[in-house]
Amino acid sequence: MADEKKLFKVKIDNISVEVEPGTTILNAARQIGGDIVPPAMCYYSKLQGSGGKCRTCLVKVTKGSEADPRPMPKLVASCRTTVMDGMEVANITSPEVQDARKGVVEFLLLNHPLDCPVCDQAGECDLQNLGYEHGADGTRYEFKRRTFDQIDIGDNIKLHMTRCILCYRCVFTADQLTNRREHGILGRGEHAEISTYIHKALDNDFIGNVIDVCPVGALTDRTFRFKNRVWFLKPVDAHRNCDKCCGKTVLWMRGDEIFRVTARKDKYGEVEEFICDTCRFDTKEASAWTIEGPRKIDRHSVISQGHYVGTVKPKEILTDVLDGRQPRLLMDIHSVSEVNRPEIDLSKIDGPAHSDDFRK
Amino acid sequence: MARKLLLDKAHIENIRYYDVYRANGGYAAAEKVFKGMSPEQVVEEVKKSGLRGRGGAGFPTGLKWSFLAKPEGVPRYLVCNADESEPGTFKDRYLMEFLPHLLIEGLLISSFALGAHRTYIYIRGEYAWIPDILEEAIEEAKRNNWLGKNIQGTGYDLEIYVQRGAGAYICGEETALIESLEGKRGNPRIKPPFPAVKGLWESPTVVNNVETLAAVVPIINIGGEEYAKIGIGKSTGTKLISACGNINKPGVYEIGMDISVEEFIYSDEYCGGIANGKRLKACIPGGSSVPILPANLLLKTAKGEPRMMTYEGLNDGGFVTGSMLGSGGFIVLDEDQCVVRNTLTLARFYHHESCGQCSPCREGTGWMKRVLNNIENGKGKMSDIDLLWDIQRKIEGNTICPLGDAAAWPIAAAIRHFRDEFEWHVLNPEECLKRNYGLAHYADPLPVPAAVAAAV
Repeated sequence: MADEKKLFKVKIDNISVEVEPGTTILNAARQIGGDIVPPAMCYYSKLQGSGGKCRTCLVKVTKGSEADPRPMPKLVASCRTTVMDGMEVANITSPEVQDARKGVVEFLLLNHPLDCPVCDQAGECDLQNLGYEHGADGTRYEFKRRTFDQIDIGDNIKLHMTRCILCYRCVFTADQLTNRREHGILGRGEHAEISTYIHKALDNDFIGNVIDVCPVGALTDRTFRFKNRVWFLKPVDAHRNCDKCCGKTVLWMRGDEIFRVTARKDKYGEVEEFICDTCRFDTKEASAWTIEGPRKIDRHSVISQGHYVGTVKPKEILTDVLDGRQPRLLMDIHSVSEVNRPEIDLSKIDGPAHSDDFRK
Repeated sequence: MARKLLLDKAHIENIRYYDVYRANGGYAAAEKVFKGMSPEQVVEEVKKSGLRGRGGAGFPTGLKWSFLAKPEGVPRYLVCNADESEPGTFKDRYLMEFLPHLLIEGLLISSFALGAHRTYIYIRGEYAWIPDILEEAIEEAKRNNWLGKNIQGTGYDLEIYVQRGAGAYICGEETALIESLEGKRGNPRIKPPFPAVKGLWESPTVVNNVETLAAVVPIINIGGEEYAKIGIGKSTGTKLISACGNINKPGVYEIGMDISVEEFIYSDEYCGGIANGKRLKACIPGGSSVPILPANLLLKTAKGEPRMMTYEGLNDGGFVTGSMLGSGGFIVLDEDQCVVRNTLTLARFYHHESCGQCSPCREGTGWMKRVLNNIENGKGKMSDIDLLWDIQRKIEGNTICPLGDAAAWPIAAAIRHFRDEFEWHVLNPEECLKRNYGLAHYADPLPVPAAVAAAV
């Protein structure tokens, strides 16, 4: 066909893919899928203008394009860099990228309270997953961490600014989804904080979506707060007729009780369709919903614990481990140690044994 | 006596006012342009001059102008970056304070060359008294038909607006400046798109430094080729250097880019040597964000040649043994100064000024400041020095805008060249509170082969 769009050939970690012009490197990688997809903490495909801030998705462009094969001098944010024809990108094959990413994760965790045991987001937290995959074992930061007071923004949302990584996703959500933006960023640098201008409540039908887009536990659902750990709940797909939104949600249930309602998230943690606050906060009777079936969670997070595909469990029984062989005595402690004296029989010593008894 | 192009008439009384400026050959360049030059010819002349951006990066101005997208029916803007907030740099303040009409004439010619009809001067908030000077000069220029509608009967319209910033260093970065000018939070934008394609109000925009735009006037007056004869190689023309620190004569100097650093520091025409008979220890030659150099590497390059005051000369040896001309904030440190303390001051500045948008800079600058604070106050550990090195390495190049690099470079250079002093602070936690490390070996001549080997 004459008017067929020309596709750009891109190579990411030596895997070729053809994508439409204007696609970002991150989205091209997502078309390939698997472990070469760079992690993204601030980019959100449904929110215009997001991305470029957290720097976890940095990749190395080893060849700019077919026309200009020079590599890019610095690592680039894959979520905001569009592909060129013939571009070659290194993500997991580049030690430089891995090193930079480890640095970024360390920076992100620097002022994070790491209060996962009491955080509602634990188990489905992007930062937790990122920390497991790319983080160091411990921190090198020896100073007091930055803290903020917790704020209730509206009746249903809690802002725990101490946990925030300033991805700006919620700011974009409030800006693009609701008709009146009432929150943004106050302050600068380390002291920057998400704020509803002078603690004004966010009163809007779609504002609850900021909870879903938040990659960490900074914005949590007050109707669910401290009620249950997410991995004890059973996620089911459900829908209802809603005049404000699509009504397609995930119910997090235990028995017949609905603990919370969220939007449906894909494998990159992005919601498929935004839902309204009535569905999210006010419809918690099982009778209001039509249940479709269990939700499959395919992220490497704690929610899917025990549901990993192809997990190899270690063998624990000795005979299995030894695989038919007999245990072999490698050495007798008495033959190498001078502390023990086997020729001295404790039962023949008069009274309790004393160190004098062992002297030669 | 070197040739002066920008400041040659700065000493004339009342040059700030239109009448005096006009009587002393002011607006002659604008007259020349309107009498017989097309916008393309002006751009060509600037290209020929080899003028490079005076704000710090040193990008060729003519080339930058030729990148400007020119779609039909979309306005183009010229923005003058007067948000001079780099510690140690105060050359633009001097220009605007004493020669406001030179800047306006430069803006007029540049706007004409770029086809802009609205031009903005984004001025640093702390320069509280200068917007009045500029606005008065704009008013005078308007009365004499150098601004406004149908300038000098050519049919060209131009308005210049002065916009004050609110005192953020980050707004000197061109995309943050544009955001701030649009009335938003001054966060740098993610590039691409570059301002030449989508800048102010989504329209093609050129952002240039005050000195760059002022330099357009002498380029038109004497011609691009004549201008290019001053200086060495790709560093053409004259450059304003704001010298400060422990020197006899701090101030703003205009140099032809053909003198050596040694001449600049020690000659009576310029800095006049180190104050109080002390010895030179170190120097930050281009504003706070460029790497600091010890005396021996400042005066001579690693190859043993004298270091010149040019873009290439100061950058000789890369960041291993060189530095940058940057914005021309020349900060001199004598033997009594403590490099650790100086680095801490800079780290504190960058921590304070980080916009907080991207994580390495937001978290890293504060971390570096705290670690340096420990070392300076005798609470540091030997491992802290390597930790600092690792932090700066992970910030540099991984951020949205160059502020991350600017925060990392001074710390990297201080550790690279002055590691002894950091170690001394760690090993002598009590003594370092009472006295400074002193000059040590930092002014000793370097054996040439060793220095070259170190660079490799």
